[in-house]
Amino acid sequence: MDLPFALCLVSLLIGAAALVAPVAGRSWASVALYGLCLGVSSLLLVIGLWSLVAMGGGAEAPLLWLPLGIPGQGVHFRLDGLSAFFLIVINLAASAASLFAIGSGRHEHAPHRVLPFYPVFLAGMNLVVLANDVYGFLFSWEVMSVASWFLVIAHHRQPENRRAGYVYLIMAALSTQMLLVTFGLLSGFGAHLDFDAIRATPPSLDIARLALLAVVIGTGAKAGLVPLHVWLPLAHPAAPSHVSGLMSGIMTKVAIYGLVRVTFDLLGPPEWTWGAGILLLGGTTAVTGVLYALMQHDLKRLLAYHTVENIGIIAIGLGLALAFRANGFQMGAALALTAALFHVLNHSLFKTLLFLSAGAVLTATGERDLDRLGGLIRGMPITAFCFLVGSAAISALPPLNGFVSEWLALQAILISPELPQWILKFLVPMVGAGLALSAALAAACFVKAFGAAFLGRARTAAAERAVEVERSSLAAMLILVAACVLAGVLPGLVVDALAPVTTLLVGSHLPNQITQPWLTLVATTPERSSYNGLILMVFIALSASLSAFGVHRLASRRRRRAGAWDCGYPETSPATQYTAASFAQPIRRVFASVLFSAREKIDMPAPGDSRAARLTLTIRDPVWALLYRPVAVAVTTAAEIISSALSLSIRQHLGLVYGTLILLLVVLALWQ
Amino acid sequence: MLGQSFPFDMAHMLAGGMVTVSFMLLFQDRLIALIWFLALHALALALALAWQAHRQAADDLYVAAALALVVKAILIPMGLRWLVRHLQIERTVEAVVGVGMAMLFGIGLVALSVMVMLPAATHSPLMWEDLSFALAVVMLGLLIMITRRNAMAQIIGLLSVDNGVTLAVVGIRGMPLVIDLGVACLLVAAMVVFAIYFKHIHQRFDSVDVHVLDRFRGEES
Repeated sequence: MDLPFALCLVSLLIGAAALVAPVAGRSWASVALYGLCLGVSSLLLVIGLWSLVAMGGGAEAPLLWLPLGIPGQGVHFRLDGLSAFFLIVINLAASAASLFAIGSGRHEHAPHRVLPFYPVFLAGMNLVVLANDVYGFLFSWEVMSVASWFLVIAHHRQPENRRAGYVYLIMAALSTQMLLVTFGLLSGFGAHLDFDAIRATPPSLDIARLALLAVVIGTGAKAGLVPLHVWLPLAHPAAPSHVSGLMSGIMTKVAIYGLVRVTFDLLGPPEWTWGAGILLLGGTTAVTGVLYALMQHDLKRLLAYHTVENIGIIAIGLGLALAFRANGFQMGAALALTAALFHVLNHSLFKTLLFLSAGAVLTATGERDLDRLGGLIRGMPITAFCFLVGSAAISALPPLNGFVSEWLALQAILISPELPQWILKFLVPMVGAGLALSAALAAACFVKAFGAAFLGRARTAAAERAVEVERSSLAAMLILVAACVLAGVLPGLVVDALAPVTTLLVGSHLPNQITQPWLTLVATTPERSSYNGLILMVFIALSASLSAFGVHRLASRRRRRAGAWDCGYPETSPATQYTAASFAQPIRRVFASVLFSAREKIDMPAPGDSRAARLTLTIRDPVWALLYRPVAVAVTTAAEIISSALSLSIRQHLGLVYGTLILLLVVLALWQ
Repeated sequence: MLGQSFPFDMAHMLAGGMVTVSFMLLFQDRLIALIWFLALHALALALALAWQAHRQAADDLYVAAALALVVKAILIPMGLRWLVRHLQIERTVEAVVGVGMAMLFGIGLVALSVMVMLPAATHSPLMWEDLSFALAVVMLGLLIMITRRNAMAQIIGLLSVDNGVTLAVVGIRGMPLVIDLGVACLLVAAMVVFAIYFKHIHQRFDSVDVHVLDRFRGEES
């Protein structure tokens, strides 16, 4: 009954979208709609949890066929372990975002451009993970893309949002085209559209290689794998904040779902080179993503670049799992896949949390630029706390959830020397180093973001006056904070819940965690690698309280008055504080001067001249210059050539067609 | 001599005859003669159809043959002749490429058609011959259409393409009569449209040279 019920709920979302469109301008419409979305997402979350638990007990994946779509074919749905897990990921974040929007939705100045598309966006994402045939998958994928595109251009009066929408549209089209190619290849050129039929007849090796290439491009363009990430930092921040949270937190995960579904489920047995390729892409993505993020001082764009980084981390786990599986190391594959899927959940939690906090900051101050914020911790203490927890989680600090999944990924990397291929022996430790580097740089980046936005003194009047947002929005953030802490302290529950998923995909699962003493997380064997979030949290809490107690007890209570440290400048303007850009400067000088050709130009006035000195910083994105500009130039040139052909005479047109026909016949004659 | 290969030879001769007439259409530059050759082309088609009907013992193919004879070999040429007389355009038509070049190119096309249809030879040599001749007729018809600037000659090229298509479909072994009837009706309807079209461009431009249309679009080349 769970699958039909889930589909009823999804259709409720679509119905709500149709109903809300004519009344979107009313004040109650936003509350009613987001309330409904909250209810539906929570129910879907329960269905996902229930199904996953049932499947842990050995239940069969329910199937459903509906006479929709292509006549005679219908649409197939299936709720297996992987779908159930992603249903949980999607709807946990979606409920939090809906709850957030119940309060913050009334600040929206163009509700008629947001409300009708929000439930459709949710419905599309849910349908993608439930679809069990090519048509259903691609259709839902397009629904998701198009609905999110409308949300990206909701505030279309700002020119950068229009540009973001344009780039996003192109990349979304590329993504769907490549998925169309993938499924065209997998389905035997349309012979059997049902996923079950594709599973029954795995493609030949050459076809599988081509399909893998297409699916990596198709889902990578949606998830944000470097170099296909360019649309992501433009589009995600352009949408309203709760939608940004969903796009970054879960739409990229739906893309990862597509990648996992095809590579682990439909493609048949993998080769180790597939794993190596995805691993390399993941490593590059993780390191470049975080370096990009370090250069940003727009809060939401910074978060979007961190999504790129985290997608890289997930891809590292998936690549390792493929490499292990190709070599028949089922335990290693299960470990790496668990790490990847755990990180999927974690990233959906803390990225949504961070975007919601950024949304609260944006609502309160109207600013996204870190250099125009500052001191927000005084006006918005709860938001600051939530952002801090999210930052610690994304920086992989124990005892929060981000640490657990990266720890699992590193455990998988540590057993990789058992792999026989020498390329992997070299590549995997390199990627592991990249993973550690990206975690460290992420920490640096969030020290910068938190410090510039919440600490110090307010740099603008708006930041000075900021107050907390609505209670429902704060509640949404606090729920996500609780989820981050729970997943970090009790990781065994998540790992056990993932057991049916990894068994489904790689035929093995991690040791049962609930039976381990003291809720310890065991990756392979207790002697070799184990982690206990609970003990660590107790230790941190104890030592922190002890030191606080000690400081307060032992330190002198006498109040001292002294001038604040002013960095050597006796100037009191808040603009002289350490800025986000100054914080990133050392790292920028080390990494970005080569990668992004970052150049600093100092323009000092001549002695005696009273004008201000200028520091100009230029950063060039190599991906735009090296990959996209040539493509754009080629497309423009081709378009010019084709448009000149439009002015040919009728007979010349006929001649062109005739020439093509003869050419094709010649090819045909020579081919055979 | 009239042994087993006779049906084959006969079909070969009739289809080959159509290709030969296509070549005549290609080099003929007077309109009235062009129409006569079109009638001859359709007559060869009708004979080929009748022969196939006889060989396959398919009665509906006789009907198709009769249709080809009446509509394509008699009615349409008569209509075209009436048009030419009516519009008073019984003058020479000018080919764009030289006749020699067009003929050489046409020979190349026939060779290409034979080569393209080579895989069909493994099924049956008869089918191979038929299909390659039919393809050659289609390609030559298209060549006529693009080498002529006169609208009337272009229409004649189109009609010869239709004859080639009919030949191909019949050679594959039978064609539902209803399709052939439909195509015949369509052709008659097309003739009416052509007549109106010719009349209009002739009235407006005093010529049926499609070059004037290009000039009218402002695309003088």
